Amino acid sequence: MKVMNLVQAINNAMDIKLNEDPSMVVYGEDAGLEGGVFRVTEGLQEKYGEGRVFDSPLAESAIAGTAVGMAAAGLNPVIEMQFSGFVLPAMNQIISHVARIRNRTRGKLTSAVTIRMPYGGGIRALEHHSESLEAIFAHIPGLRVVIPSTPYDAKGLLISAIESEDPVIFMEPKRIYRAIKQEVPEKRFTIPLDTAKVVQPGEDITVIAYGAMIRECQKAVMLARKEGISVELIDLRSIFPIDRGTIATSVKKTGRVLAVTESAATCGVASELVTIATEEAFLNLEAPPRRLAGFDTVMPLPKGENFYMHEPARIFYEIRQLMDF
Amino acid sequence: MFDKYNPLKKKQLRLINPQGTLVNKNEFTEDADSILEEGLKRMLFARTVDLKAVSFQRQGRMYTYPPNLGQEAIAAAAGLVMREEDWLVPAYRELGAWMAKGATLDELFLYWSGFEDGGAFKNASNMMPVSVPIASQLLHATGIGFALKYKKEPGAVFVFCGDGGTSEGDFHEALNFAGVWKVPVVFVVQNNGYAISCPVSRQTAAESIAVKSVAYGIHGIQIDGNDLAACYQAMKTARDFAEKEQQAVLIEAITYRSGAHTTSDDPGRYRTKEEEEQRKKEDPISRIRKFLLKNDRWSEEEEKTMVEQFGKQVDVAFQKVESAPPYPLEDVFRYQFAEMPETLNRQMAAYQRFSNWKEAQA
Repeated sequence: MKVMNLVQAINNAMDIKLNEDPSMVVYGEDAGLEGGVFRVTEGLQEKYGEGRVFDSPLAESAIAGTAVGMAAAGLNPVIEMQFSGFVLPAMNQIISHVARIRNRTRGKLTSAVTIRMPYGGGIRALEHHSESLEAIFAHIPGLRVVIPSTPYDAKGLLISAIESEDPVIFMEPKRIYRAIKQEVPEKRFTIPLDTAKVVQPGEDITVIAYGAMIRECQKAVMLARKEGISVELIDLRSIFPIDRGTIATSVKKTGRVLAVTESAATCGVASELVTIATEEAFLNLEAPPRRLAGFDTVMPLPKGENFYMHEPARIFYEIRQLMDF
Repeated sequence: MFDKYNPLKKKQLRLINPQGTLVNKNEFTEDADSILEEGLKRMLFARTVDLKAVSFQRQGRMYTYPPNLGQEAIAAAAGLVMREEDWLVPAYRELGAWMAKGATLDELFLYWSGFEDGGAFKNASNMMPVSVPIASQLLHATGIGFALKYKKEPGAVFVFCGDGGTSEGDFHEALNFAGVWKVPVVFVVQNNGYAISCPVSRQTAAESIAVKSVAYGIHGIQIDGNDLAACYQAMKTARDFAEKEQQAVLIEAITYRSGAHTTSDDPGRYRTKEEEEQRKKEDPISRIRKFLLKNDRWSEEEEKTMVEQFGKQVDVAFQKVESAPPYPLEDVFRYQFAEMPETLNRQMAAYQRFSNWKEAQA
C-alpha cells in the first residue's frame, strides 16, 4: 500500500498498464515531456520513451481520430484531452467513429480507446476550463463514461478502462486531483466499470453523486447527521451504464432520493437518476425525487463560480426539503 | 512585398535588427518610421499592464493570466495599423491590440479577475471577445470578412492565433475558406516558439508557418515579430491589400514568449535558462529604444517618468476593479437568452430561496 492522491493513482495505473501492455501508447497536448498540465503523465515518457508516451500537435480532433486508427490496427491508445472544455473539436471523431466502430463492423473491429480528461469547476479557472460534459458523452450510444472520486477508485477504474474492449471516457475531477489522499495498493487491481458504490450507508434518504461532488456531499451528510437525518450516499462511478440495482436497493429502503451533479440540469445525469429511482422504487417513495444540478447556464467565470458550484449547505438544504416534504 | 518575401523563398522581413540598426532601407517607409515613438510608448504601456497583471496574480489578487512579455511589438503594430472600421478577432495574447481597439484597463482587469463584464469590451468597436479555445476564432474572422464583402463595407479583419493554433483543423479551414471566398482577412500567427511546453517543431514539419499560405492560394509572409517596424510595415501592406483586393493574407510573426504560457505554467520544465537569456536579446522594446536613442529621438529619462505614470494609471484601474461590487446572482442568468426562459427563472429563484435560508441560519 502507498498513500496516493488522484493524480498519483491515475499515473500509477498508466504506469502499470504501459509496463504490462506493449501495445499501449499515451499521447496528448503536453502529455509527454511536460507530463501534462496537471502532471498526470509525469515521468511516463522518461520511463517508456518518446515512442510510447508523447506530445501530439495541438489538435483534439486529430488526437481522437488517430486513436481510432491505432485501435483498429491493434494498438491500445490512452489519450488525454487537456481539459474537458477542449474536447469539443474531437466530438466528431468520438461520436461518429469511436462510439460506432464496433457496431458498424459487427464486432470485427473495436475502438477501445481510453479518453482521459480533467473536468469540473471549483478551481477558479479561465473560461472553458471548468465544464462538466459527462451527460453529453453518456447520451452517445457506444461510450462507457467513468468518473472516480477517490484515488483507489481512480486506479482500479482506469486499469479496467484501459483493459476494456469498449471505448471509455474517463473523466477526472480536477478539483480534487490533489485534495484527497488514500492508501492504494501498488499492484494491479481492477474495479468493474459499471458498478456504483455505497459510500455511506443510511436509512432516511439516498443521495447520489459522483466526482468532486462526493466530497461536498460527505460534508452535507455530516450536517444532516447533526439534525438526526441518516443519509445513504452513493457514488455512481459509472455514468454509463448506470448501476440500477444499487440505486433501486437504496431508494426502496429510504424512500427519498436526491441526485447531485455539477453539470447543467436539463437532460442531465441527475434527470436520469431520478427517472431510474422512480421506475425502480415508485411505490416506496415518500417524497418526489429531487435534483440538485448545475444551472442551465454557461459556467460562470471565477467570481460567479460560487453560485454555480454546490456547497455542502446547499446539498443539506435540499436534503431538508426532501425530509420536510 | 509579397512577391519579394514569398515564403517559398525562405526570406524573413526584418527592418531593424536587435542591435537597433536599420538593416533594410528598401522596405522601411517614412510611414513606418513615423510610428516608432508612438509604437514604443504603446509597447511600454502594454508591458507595464502585463507585468503588473502577473504580479497581481502572484499576490493572489487576480486569477490565471497569460503574459504577453516579449511579444508586444506584434499587438502594438496591429493596433497602429487597424482603422476604426477594421475588425479585431483576438485569441488571448494581444493585449496591445485590444487596448488600441478600445478595451479599457478596467475591463481587462475585471475579465482576468473573473468577471464576465470585463470581457464585453463595451466601447471597442468591431471587436470580438477573447477566445480561449484554440484557433476556433480564425473561422469567425473569415465569416466577418465575408460579411464586410457582402455588405460592400470598407475595412479588413485582423485575427490572431499562436503557432500551436496552426495545428488545429480550424486553422486550415479558416484559411481555405478565406482563399476560396476571397475575403479581406489578415491572419496573424504569433509564432512565439511554444504551445505551452511544445516547441514549434512538434506542431509542423513544414519549413515555416508562412509557407502554408501557398497551399491555400493566399499571400503569406514571415516577419521578425520582435521588430516593430517590420510588423507595422507588413501589417499595413497586408491590411491595405486585403481591403483593396478583397483577399486574405497570412503573416507569421516570429517572436518569443519570454514569460510562462500562463501564470499556472512553469517553463523551467521544458526549456533552459540559457535559451531564455539568448532569446531575450531580441526583445522588441529594447531594439526600438536602441534605434530611437541612436537617432536622438528618445529620452531614457522621459521614458522613466512615462513608465512611472503608466504604473500609477494601472494601479488606479486595478484598485477600482478590486473594490468592484460583488458578482450578483442575476449575472449568471440574465445574458443567456434575449428573454429569460421560465426554467432559468426557476433555477435562480431556487438559489435565492436557499441563499435566504442560509442567511437566516447564520
